[in-house]
Amino acid sequence: MDYGTFQGILTIVVMVTFVGIFFWAYSKHSKSKFDEAANLVFADDDKPTTSQDSGEQK
Amino acid sequence: MMNHSQSTGADYNYTIVRQFALTTVLWGIVGMSVGVLIAAQLIWPQLNFETPWLTYSRLRPLHTNAVIFAFGTSALFATSYYVVQRTCQTRLFAPKLAAFTFWGWQAIILSAAITLPLGFTSGKEYAELEWPIDIAITVVWVCYAVVFFGTIVKRTTSHIYVANWFFGAFIITVAVLHIVNSMAVPVSLTKSYSMYSGAVDAMVQWWYGHNAVGFLLTAGFLGMMYYFVPKQAGRPVYSYRLSIVHFWALIALYIWAGPHHLHYTALPDWTQSLGMVMSLILFAPSWGGMINGIMTLSGAWHKLRTDPVLRFLVVSLSFYGMSTFEGPMMAIKTVNALSHYTDWTVGHVHSGALGWVAMVSIGSLYHLIPVLFNQGRMYSTNLVNVHFWLATIGTVLYIVSMWISGVMQGLMWRAVNADGTLTYSFVESLEASYPFYFVRFIGGVFFLTGMFIMAYNVIRTVKAPKDSLPALAEAKA
Repeated sequence: MDYGTFQGILTIVVMVTFVGIFFWAYSKHSKSKFDEAANLVFADDDKPTTSQDSGEQK
Repeated sequence: MMNHSQSTGADYNYTIVRQFALTTVLWGIVGMSVGVLIAAQLIWPQLNFETPWLTYSRLRPLHTNAVIFAFGTSALFATSYYVVQRTCQTRLFAPKLAAFTFWGWQAIILSAAITLPLGFTSGKEYAELEWPIDIAITVVWVCYAVVFFGTIVKRTTSHIYVANWFFGAFIITVAVLHIVNSMAVPVSLTKSYSMYSGAVDAMVQWWYGHNAVGFLLTAGFLGMMYYFVPKQAGRPVYSYRLSIVHFWALIALYIWAGPHHLHYTALPDWTQSLGMVMSLILFAPSWGGMINGIMTLSGAWHKLRTDPVLRFLVVSLSFYGMSTFEGPMMAIKTVNALSHYTDWTVGHVHSGALGWVAMVSIGSLYHLIPVLFNQGRMYSTNLVNVHFWLATIGTVLYIVSMWISGVMQGLMWRAVNADGTLTYSFVESLEASYPFYFVRFIGGVFFLTGMFIMAYNVIRTVKAPKDSLPALAEAKA
């Protein structure tokens, strides 16, 4: 396999992978896990009494 | 999973975060002061006082190294160590190694601050440091990766939050870029020559250079954005799905954009065109990320009225959007023919560096400092607000003056008379630039003044008696 063919195949593989990631990210299956992940930012409050955004927690 | 968040929080390793957060402010002041000095030297050249180590040529790399690797990278160390602990809900892995990254990084900064004014340089932009320091950087960086990824491995959450993906990509890619670009043949302790030559050397250099922008100054700070914007807004990120697509698109594309720094040079034509096309495509993920950050505020826009910290973060995203529109445009070869080597490039860089990188770091620090020192808020919210306006006005003055100056220079350099001779000499274009250099200097002074106000505010917050600064009640709009 010459270098050009290898590069061509690699490009297609990367493209397909990217499209795959896109559909995986937007699939219904992932929704609940992502919602949980998005809320990790608020799952960690160490001092609810002094934290700036306590009381405003999602 | 989060059964005792009350107590886990107290266990986080904040010492290292505090150290890096405070040095961020210090190095910000140092790096930007040097920037203001060299901006002044461009107007009043006698400000080098006939001293070799105060000349523009030696201080300019000191300025860029100080703001990128001392200020910016300290901010990245602080926030990444903080965010990875809090979102993985575990203590930092290998705390002694983490402490070594702090002291090691400070030693590297000091050695840069000594060697660059002395004139020791490898001559590669943003990679000027000589080989012994390059090796030290590699060692510290590998330790950083061990601490960061070790923490991710021992996380107690099932998911790895998106901010950590961006921080992780930044750490890995910077290691690869630094090692490949710094390959050199040492001839003495203070002098080495690049392993590459000619156009290959140029290509490697700008593959490094643009990805220093893409991964250090973008991916790392996007990691910051994905934690601190939702946190400060009190809402989860607008679309977690978009953040995943944003991540993979951004890291897949950035790596190809380097050749746009070498338009119309000895680099093969097809490589230049490839770099241009890839830079244009890069617009999409950049704006995807910006929209994701800004839309996180939907439903919480009223907070911008009362919260200057959030204002810092949102305005930084606006500047990010602006410079990631400008960048692809400048990568178009015909536009580049006008903009390259002019002040437009300098303006573009600072729209990203002051508007995006510095402002998102400052916003994040204003969120961090009270948490790290057990206070509810910064000593003075009004001073945060003053800082916000100084930074915004300073940035606008800077970039607008450089736009005008740059386009003017480009037009003057390409102007030809009917007989084919140049209409203007170089010195004429330089003379025409002076007023804009002055406006740029003023913009820099504004920005630097803001940093001094920040330092005062930070010191007062750190020294405030325990729990003396309660969080302000949410103002009802």
